[in-house]
Amino acid sequence: MTIGPELLRVEGVTKAYPGVVANSDVSFSIAEGEVHALLGENGAGKSTLVKMIYGLVRPDAGRMTLRGQAYAPAKPGQARAAGVAMVFQHFSLFEALNVAENVALGMENPPPMRELAGRITEVSKAYGLPLDPSRMVGDLSAGERQRVEIIRCLLQDPKLLIMDEPTSVLTPQEVEILFRTLRQLASEGTAILYISHKLEEIRTLCDAATILRRGKVVATCTPRERTAREMAELMVGAVLTPPARSGVTKGAVALQVSGLSVASPIPFGTTLKDVSFAVRKGEVLGIAGVAGNGQDELLLALSGELKSGPGAVQIAGAAMGDKGPADRRRAGLVAAPEERLGHAAAPDMSLVENALLSGAVRQGLTRRGFIDWPATEHFAAGIVKDFDVRTPGTHVAARALSGGNLQKFVVGRELSQSPSVIVINQPTWGVDASAAAAIRQAILDRAASGAAVVVISQDLDELLEIADSFAALNGGRLTVPRPVEGLSIDEIGLMMGGAHGMEVAHHAV
Amino acid sequence: MLRLEKRPSPSRFWQAATPVLAVILTMIAGGIMFWILGKNPFEAIRTIFWDPLFNPDFAAYSRPQLLVKAAPLILIAIGLSLGFRAGIWNIGAEGQYIMGAICGAAAGLAVYPVESRLIFPVMVLAGALGGLVWAMIPALLKTVFRTNEILVSLLLVYVAQDILAMMALGALKNPEGQGFPGSRNLGQIPAMANPELIAGTGMHWGVMAAFMAVIAAYILLQRHILGFHIKLAGQAPRAARFAGVNPAALVVLCFAISGALAGLAGVFEVTGPAGQITIDFNVGYGFTAIIVAFLGRLNPIGILFAGLLMALTYIGGELAQFMLGLPSAAIQAFQGMLLFFLLGTDLLANYRIRWAKREVV
Repeated sequence: MTIGPELLRVEGVTKAYPGVVANSDVSFSIAEGEVHALLGENGAGKSTLVKMIYGLVRPDAGRMTLRGQAYAPAKPGQARAAGVAMVFQHFSLFEALNVAENVALGMENPPPMRELAGRITEVSKAYGLPLDPSRMVGDLSAGERQRVEIIRCLLQDPKLLIMDEPTSVLTPQEVEILFRTLRQLASEGTAILYISHKLEEIRTLCDAATILRRGKVVATCTPRERTAREMAELMVGAVLTPPARSGVTKGAVALQVSGLSVASPIPFGTTLKDVSFAVRKGEVLGIAGVAGNGQDELLLALSGELKSGPGAVQIAGAAMGDKGPADRRRAGLVAAPEERLGHAAAPDMSLVENALLSGAVRQGLTRRGFIDWPATEHFAAGIVKDFDVRTPGTHVAARALSGGNLQKFVVGRELSQSPSVIVINQPTWGVDASAAAAIRQAILDRAASGAAVVVISQDLDELLEIADSFAALNGGRLTVPRPVEGLSIDEIGLMMGGAHGMEVAHHAV
Repeated sequence: MLRLEKRPSPSRFWQAATPVLAVILTMIAGGIMFWILGKNPFEAIRTIFWDPLFNPDFAAYSRPQLLVKAAPLILIAIGLSLGFRAGIWNIGAEGQYIMGAICGAAAGLAVYPVESRLIFPVMVLAGALGGLVWAMIPALLKTVFRTNEILVSLLLVYVAQDILAMMALGALKNPEGQGFPGSRNLGQIPAMANPELIAGTGMHWGVMAAFMAVIAAYILLQRHILGFHIKLAGQAPRAARFAGVNPAALVVLCFAISGALAGLAGVFEVTGPAGQITIDFNVGYGFTAIIVAFLGRLNPIGILFAGLLMALTYIGGELAQFMLGLPSAAIQAFQGMLLFFLLGTDLLANYRIRWAKREVV
């Protein structure tokens, strides 16, 4: 690793939005060839900071210098011209266009298509990111789509590459490929600003880290010299306790899924094919997989929003496959979908109304159809209190809550219904580290008291932390669940579908 | 530059204030229109909004008309509002209203000249059923074949109008009517009449039904899980499915309620103020009720006031045509402005308007 002269210096940058200071007097610097991590919980101000560097947001105060020159991009085009490129967490690609066309759309003056295709192939070979310029983006995996974005940036020959949570959509093998590419870039002198909250990744990849908490720089460190725990505690500002698992003996089968095959109701969705598994009382089954491999469909099929043959889903031995959500709740199953606003919660309704949404059946909040509003308010207030939901009150609209707080409310609402079967998709998505720990602990507590739990997540660390057995969804098929103990990361990666046949790429270079 | 900023929670103040603001803006814009037409705008506005209620020369006639005209609007709008809240668009209340009137009248006339106290209730039931069955056509086509309920329900209005003409000229024609189209005058048959309950008020059974519908809808939406599910389905369809709402059942139910209420409005009208089935029996209550439903913000209490206001513009509009010679198209444009401004100002409940410098994106 050769770290060169200073490339970008950020000094005393401040940005306030109505009601919240996103960045307060933030300073750090990054040198050529350095991989610099920007670390912090959700809402710590990482995104605002990089948006200022990329010219999407203008700072209220402070200054930035690029190679010693004053740097104040008014728009992303200026940032790009100065050699700053960014790969966003959410891709901006058109599924119906091919790779080259998508790349051309992101360029100021795209060259003729044939020339561009040639350059894409060239760059993709040089950096071990194989990509066929003529393929439709709609047919690409998430990892391949990310490559399109990265190559789009590399074609501009950037001096500074900003990567926002790049690994959240990748399998372990794909992460490995990405890291090799990033290291190669760094060795050629490109500075990389790497945003993540995955600490192990940062320890393997980054040369330096700037840790943000509530908009302020709280620490800088060399990740390799710190443990993940130490960095997490710097990030959260508190001592973290890992969830405690109790070694309860597993009971009878509470949820049995056999030969579940259903077509997806979602456009471009994934059909579930012959999914089978069983979860016993007290057991936590972790289901991994790259996004879009049938996770949403599996949740719908388990919650009852998507019906199947009666015997395909059995709750405590009773065939429930053809029953709707209300019947399944009565049978003891609760579910928390991934998408909070619009699916798990109605955005414009208050928390009280949202508590009623899924709590009516099991909490007995209606009598002959008439709503018991005082009891519903009590239920909602209980969730807010038990799960530390930060809100001015229970009469606030769901959309007024931050993502993490709403997630706590939604998960809390389901876990508070004394369920016998729990199905959760992405339980801690967008939640800060301490709240995530609390949610995981709550899930384990329910399991300890005899609930069967299915956790669908893209966060492997999370699954390994709480699951007893592990399976992966890949193209709508579920692997045979295996006990988590003794499972290696490589095996997990293979269960998740490998790296889409791209492992050979780096060996060839 | 004007910029819209979404409010974190809908503003309760503006939710209540926008209808008032819309009425004021309508008066201003309508006044300008009347002025361009060469009329005194203040006189025109006064004739529309004030004279029907308080002018000693007209009030005795037009005050009872207020309830007579408002009742069917409110009754139909209440039914429509439930569907609209759930995102289910029944645009064909006019047809269901016609079918209710035909079925109600036919049930009574079938047994003519038998006299029984049971006849009127049976007619009312038949009217509700007629509207309901007519509304089931778009509902079932939507749930089974996924047709667009807006188109089907709307086009069925024209079918219903043809059936109405057929009935007025054929099966229901008064045998003693010297060949004139139209049924017997139900108002003059005691067993079938829907008379004014208190003289000089315009209060008839349809008005009672409208008030009851307002109260029932209010309770349904505020206190009953079904009302909650209706609101949920409209605001967040996927969350509704997650909550266990069956979308197809909700479509059928909302169409059934709105169809039955429109049918009721039809039968009360044909037995009361209208008196008989004629070719031009319907005067657009089913369509105007859509405006009333939105003017009342799909809220039962709001619809009650909106129905009365709309009835007032009708009566006042007629008066203005008669007294000031305003063209009827101007009155319709005036009513259209009301809806326009209402939908326009509606934005203020969910957004706040800010002046902002133009930012480079």
